[in-house]
Amino acid sequence: MITLDFVFILMGLMMAGIAIVNLRDRTSAKRYNNAAFWGIYATTFLVGSHLPNFVNGTLVIAMVLIVAVGKLRGAPAEGTTRVDREASAARWGNKLFIPALTIPAVTLLGTLTLKRIHLGGVALIDAKQVTLISLGFGIAVALIVGLVMLRPPVTAPIVEARRLMDAVSWAAVLPQMLAALGAMFTLAGVGPLVAGIIQRWIPLDTALIVVVAYTVGMALFTSIMGNALAAFPVMTAGIGLPLIVHRFGGDVVIMAAVGMLSGYSGTLITPMAANFNIVPAALLELPDSNAVIKAQIPTAILLLVANTAIMYFFVYRK
Amino acid sequence: MLPLIGIFIVVAGFALRLNPLLVVATAAIATGLAAGHALVDVVSSFGKAFIDSRSVAVVWLALPVIGLLERAGLKERARTVIARIHVATTGRLLLAYLAVRQLTSALGLTSLGGHPQMVRPLIAPMAEAAAENHWGELSEETRNRIRAHAAAVDNIGLFFGEDIFIAIGSILLIRGFLDQSGIHVEPSALALWAIPTAVCAFIVHGTRLLLLDRSLKLACERDHDRGAAADAAGDA
Repeated sequence: MITLDFVFILMGLMMAGIAIVNLRDRTSAKRYNNAAFWGIYATTFLVGSHLPNFVNGTLVIAMVLIVAVGKLRGAPAEGTTRVDREASAARWGNKLFIPALTIPAVTLLGTLTLKRIHLGGVALIDAKQVTLISLGFGIAVALIVGLVMLRPPVTAPIVEARRLMDAVSWAAVLPQMLAALGAMFTLAGVGPLVAGIIQRWIPLDTALIVVVAYTVGMALFTSIMGNALAAFPVMTAGIGLPLIVHRFGGDVVIMAAVGMLSGYSGTLITPMAANFNIVPAALLELPDSNAVIKAQIPTAILLLVANTAIMYFFVYRK
Repeated sequence: MLPLIGIFIVVAGFALRLNPLLVVATAAIATGLAAGHALVDVVSSFGKAFIDSRSVAVVWLALPVIGLLERAGLKERARTVIARIHVATTGRLLLAYLAVRQLTSALGLTSLGGHPQMVRPLIAPMAEAAAENHWGELSEETRNRIRAHAAAVDNIGLFFGEDIFIAIGSILLIRGFLDQSGIHVEPSALALWAIPTAVCAFIVHGTRLLLLDRSLKLACERDHDRGAAADAAGDA
């Protein structure tokens, strides 16, 4: 059966390749740092599932120290000039979109069909991970299409991947680091502590205030945790269920569905949701790492108001 | 109260603009220690959580393909294509992407979009080119603003589309959590109540995108006036 480990092996090989390209780049003053950083990251993909947790933790701390003490070098200059690329674009025309659109096309096809395929009674792929495995397939097929069509030097894909990966740099690892922080918060019982503080300090005695405390609380706690899924159990156990549903007789479905969506306003405004906010700023080479958040703040606030109104007007109607 | 130290470290670290990777790792270790766990246990659970969340990094696999196509002129081609569609302005283009992203996410096809595979190679260059067509050369500041909006549209379309799909993580989590509290809810009922917010999101953000066109036009005119004034001063 093909599981997510198949995709992780591909990730590990790519990261290892990026480490090697960095190591061989004599023009880079920080080449050993970059190579060590991506090399360790490659290790977590290739053998991370088999290493003891403590060893994995130590590897991650080593990556953090490389970034904090040694620093990484950013993206190298592009290997091609704008004139080259415009000439190439004119030559290939719309065919250039074929490999790019192969990724979503094959991902879609895989998501719809791979679950149903069985070989000798065993499922071909792990059905729970069908989207990510299909994405892995889609990218692999797109790469083959691109290589056959464009016939670039063999090293081009990995050299280009290194250029983009070094542009994103350490921000690429931040989402996983934040997931680890979330796990530590859970381990330490941070959620119940925060819910306790809200219940103690805010007078939750009218139906409206309870709704506002819940939706705004979801947004704020999500912006601390970086993830609405982490904030939901805490806020719902603290305010949603005991107050909105049990004390004031609100509808549990509307409370839960709209409560979760209120949390998304928090996701839009926090650097803690790194994969949505900080990583794209790095990927698009924006000088201000908070630029994406700034573009989202007005929408986030208006939607929080809208969600609060939706919940208040519908949750108590039976 | 002591375990809350992690939250303070994060807030202070981001405020002081220290390296986020260092800030978050420090906060994680400090939180575990403050809760009274031994260092070895803290490092172990930290490592386990990092390994368990590797799937968020899978999108990076697209970089060899995207890089290869960028090298062959994909961004330049995306610009040429959009230049031929005269009605395409930055705001209208992003509005169309918002609609597509919300609808596909609502069908559970969340990995059809995304920053590495759609925004960087296609949406952002097209949004920049649409602005150049209508309002001339862009200042660095305006270009960055357009890129930030391109990234934001991807997020907003995803967040306020995916919850309409019944098998998405957040709906499964809500259901699992309520089951533990002895309350059974249907995923379809939860998905249904995501629709009003999805409509609000499209109206609110769509309006902002159409207003963005006006604001970009003014910004470009101002930049050009400033450029012209600087040229005139240079001539004198």
